[in-house]
Amino acid sequence: MDRTLDLASNQADYLWALLPEIVLSLGAMGVLLGDVLQKGNRSRPSARWVPWAAIAVLLATFVANAFMLLTRVSSDPLRDVGHGLVAVDAFRGLTNCLFLLSGVLTILISIGYLDRRGINRGEFHALVLFAVLGMMLMAGASDLMMIFIGLEVMSVSIYVLVGFDRLDPRSAEGSLKYFLLGAFTSAIFLYGIALTFGATGTTNVRTLNQLLIAGENQQPMLLAGMALVLVGFGFKVAAIPFHMWTPDAYEGAPTPVTALMATGVKAAAFASLLRVFLVGFGGNYPDWSRPVYLIAALTMIAGNLLALTQGSLKRMLAYSSIAHAGYLLAAVLAGTQRGGAAAFLFYLLVYTLMTAGAFGILAANAREGEERVTLEDFAGLASQKPVLAALFSIFLLSLAGFPLTAGFLGKLYILRALVASELNWLAVILVLTSLVSYFYYLRVIVVMYMRPARSADQHAGTGLSRPAFAGVAVAAAAVVLLFFTAGAPGGMMRWAEVGQAALGRWGAEGLLPPGGAPAQPPAAR
Amino acid sequence: MESFYQSHWILTLLIVLPLVGALAAYLSGERNAKHVALWVGIAEFVLSLPLFVFYNPNGSCTFSTQRPAVSAAMQAPPAIEQQALMQNCVSAPWFPDWGIYYRLGMDGISLFMVLLTTLLLPLMVLGSWTYVRERQRGFYASLLALTTGVVGVFVAVDMFVFYVFWEMMLIPMYFLIGLWGGRERVYAAVKFFLYTAVGSLLMLVAILYLWHRAQQGGAIGVPTFSYFDFLQLQLTADEQFYLFLAFALAFAVKVPMFPFHTWLPHAHVQAPTAGSVVLAGVLLKMGTYGFIRFALPLFPDAARDSGTVTWAMVLGLVGILYAAMVAAVQPNAKKLVAYTSVAHLGFVILGIFAFNIQGMQGALLVMIGHGLSTPMLFFLLGMLYERRHSYEIDDFGGLAASLPVFSTMLVFAAMATIGLPGTAGFASEFLVLVGAFLARPILALVAALGVIFAAYYMLPMVQQMLFNALSRRENRGLPDLGGREIAVLAPLVALILLLGFYPKPFLDRMEPAAARVIELSQMNRLAPEFGPAPPVAAAPENR
Repeated sequence: MDRTLDLASNQADYLWALLPEIVLSLGAMGVLLGDVLQKGNRSRPSARWVPWAAIAVLLATFVANAFMLLTRVSSDPLRDVGHGLVAVDAFRGLTNCLFLLSGVLTILISIGYLDRRGINRGEFHALVLFAVLGMMLMAGASDLMMIFIGLEVMSVSIYVLVGFDRLDPRSAEGSLKYFLLGAFTSAIFLYGIALTFGATGTTNVRTLNQLLIAGENQQPMLLAGMALVLVGFGFKVAAIPFHMWTPDAYEGAPTPVTALMATGVKAAAFASLLRVFLVGFGGNYPDWSRPVYLIAALTMIAGNLLALTQGSLKRMLAYSSIAHAGYLLAAVLAGTQRGGAAAFLFYLLVYTLMTAGAFGILAANAREGEERVTLEDFAGLASQKPVLAALFSIFLLSLAGFPLTAGFLGKLYILRALVASELNWLAVILVLTSLVSYFYYLRVIVVMYMRPARSADQHAGTGLSRPAFAGVAVAAAAVVLLFFTAGAPGGMMRWAEVGQAALGRWGAEGLLPPGGAPAQPPAAR
Repeated sequence: MESFYQSHWILTLLIVLPLVGALAAYLSGERNAKHVALWVGIAEFVLSLPLFVFYNPNGSCTFSTQRPAVSAAMQAPPAIEQQALMQNCVSAPWFPDWGIYYRLGMDGISLFMVLLTTLLLPLMVLGSWTYVRERQRGFYASLLALTTGVVGVFVAVDMFVFYVFWEMMLIPMYFLIGLWGGRERVYAAVKFFLYTAVGSLLMLVAILYLWHRAQQGGAIGVPTFSYFDFLQLQLTADEQFYLFLAFALAFAVKVPMFPFHTWLPHAHVQAPTAGSVVLAGVLLKMGTYGFIRFALPLFPDAARDSGTVTWAMVLGLVGILYAAMVAAVQPNAKKLVAYTSVAHLGFVILGIFAFNIQGMQGALLVMIGHGLSTPMLFFLLGMLYERRHSYEIDDFGGLAASLPVFSTMLVFAAMATIGLPGTAGFASEFLVLVGAFLARPILALVAALGVIFAAYYMLPMVQQMLFNALSRRENRGLPDLGGREIAVLAPLVALILLLGFYPKPFLDRMEPAAARVIELSQMNRLAPEFGPAPPVAAAPENR
């Protein structure tokens, strides 16, 4: 702990360590104010420059983040700032990049979409920026209280964004549902923090790490606190059985917001979960790994099975994102010592690209006041808009984990970590449930390519604005390119391993005996 | 030129050329697509031909896998080297940390599969010339992309690369059936896709498990996906059994072995002519090739196990007899031919699991012979369909009078399928039966019935279509085969005869490779139950 206190002697360190967040919050306020000043007292759509200003803010944050990553992290990976409230490590830097990516994609998709739905107001972009800020705080936080603050910053922005289309009852319903459940979750999460604090006397993740490894880790109060924290995270990452809000909120939200929720929000909750459980509660790996194992298995199985029966593509993708939460949870179980955290980071990148891209295509089909996201709405898309259909196919194949797309490599990465951790049955479940997922992803391709459109001009109005199209196309290209380059020297997988190493120093589950994972497959025959 | 044909560049070229061709065909527009595809196909075939000439049956090469350096300061330890009876080898790092290399190699088995693929490509383009009228550029692009995947499967010796090619060919095939197929095409396409995907995903887990075992210690101790490294692994009986099962399932679906064959009739009947041709001609062989190349040599003790052999041979036998009986009652000519595929591939399975050189060579010859005669049948039926828009046997009759050239060809193809002496089918099935007799005499005796059954289902079809009374008016004035159609069939006829009368050049080239497979699958690579593999934690961390 001395090490962190030393830092307080140099006030400038605070500034440097929080530079990305500072840039982003100032920029977000700038965008909000700029929009208001430009409109004056009249009510009219936002100016065209607002989304570009938001993207510029995100890019500036990216630069600040890269600066932080390159100059602050390398010198001493054990540094903590603000008495350990925020971690300064490669893991934070890399996850920040993911949130910024999902923010940029969200804003790109929203260009044109908001106009078509008639909800182009400046707060939208500012709120997206604030949500991204919340994500960064949440994933970077190294203290349970700080995580909670980040969680709230993110969630409050998202509650508003889900209900952004005030006149659409589904949007309002989704927002209300998300808000009520989210509020409950926050309370449960906070209660978990309180119990943990009561048992250990600290909310700092790294202090917790050392305390629990040293012993004293079987108090009932601590275990109860851990369970409640797990439930809180379970809601935010939409793991089964805490997923009930997901389909409704995803369906009701404007599509770009859905993309943000499915990628950024989920990624932030996951990154935070990884840090809290692998570092903070790392000493209790045997205690929490069994419930997480069950939740992961259940999420993979039920998420994929439920996705099978959905007629709306938005709901289908919602359930598919639940299923992907299961894959990511499995990666968390594999831990930092056997490639789990690296697989997690890589998969999160791939998942962000393909999910945001898929929702981007859904946004292309939106019309004035309606969403048009049922399967039939996509019939014959390939003959009238071949490029959109091809891009959508790439995303769907990647989500299914088909070779030649990064989704395959991501799943392989997770499988590899699972096999190396002797979690063989989880690997088999992952594979078998991916098989189920083939069916519903494939069905969309069938409909797009093999069903005739209802009329010759059914898709005449389908299309993305040029920036949105560029964003989606780049995401698709990245999905394919990553397959060929990710594992090459200097590729994305190396970065994922760098991120893993940042946590691996603390990874207490490395102290466990080999194969200390639960539910060993029974010795065959 | 010789050095080019002994380097890996020719294989890489054969893989890349169709893919580039697919792009070119797609971009060249609706009118030119088929011309582009034809020229690419001809180029592919002509380029591949010298492989046959320059092939050295005893050529060998070395595959190496880098060991990761322990620290940056120390020199990297020497690489692991594996001698292989292969040529045109390459081993270039792709994802070296994972042990994924671009590893290609070709032996006598791959050689003929590749040649069969490249031969069928221009023929398929020519055979679809007037058959496909809608969305031509997509069609020819799919056909060419499919060829890339198939050639890749036959020459990849890195399990990761193999798996990628194996799955890659699913998508174009899926579109070929689903977009240009018959009335129930969507159902057939989805069924084809899901059946194949189910099998291969379990194989992926098995491959990952092998990777994990290779890294764990023992003979290898580094991350590797090399087939030749996997050949050195000592596995316990249980491991071998389950891994063999996972591989065998993937291949059995593809072959297809009874009872996994139910996707095949749908896919065949609904697919366009070119789709059926490539399906019967090479895609099914990917399954038997998988058995020969991977399932047997990698898990010899499980494969040789008397229970496994009995099961496999009985399933092959059931495939032969059952498919023959089902074929005999089909009213649809295309479905009938589809079932003959199941029967013929049953012979291949029988030959493979005989575990002797006669059986293996016979199986390989059946694969080639079937890859020539069945595509010919599908081409002929497709040509008939273009004239009459029907595959129902009862819609025809007395065609011999109005279509003499067509009828001659159909009789020839039917005879080749039955396995008349002088055609490719005879010698090969004979060899399989000899091999099977040495292994399981009773099963071989029953299998011999299958040869008779072939006549039982083929001849009535020929009789009804060609020689019965010309009862329907629509059949009267049909035009006979044109020059383009004869050009499609002529190479197949020539090769079937060549293989029937003078198979020596073929046998010479495949013998060492077949013997090597037998040798590998006779090895004892059983690890003791509590093997030398140390627990995971003791494995060297390489990051």
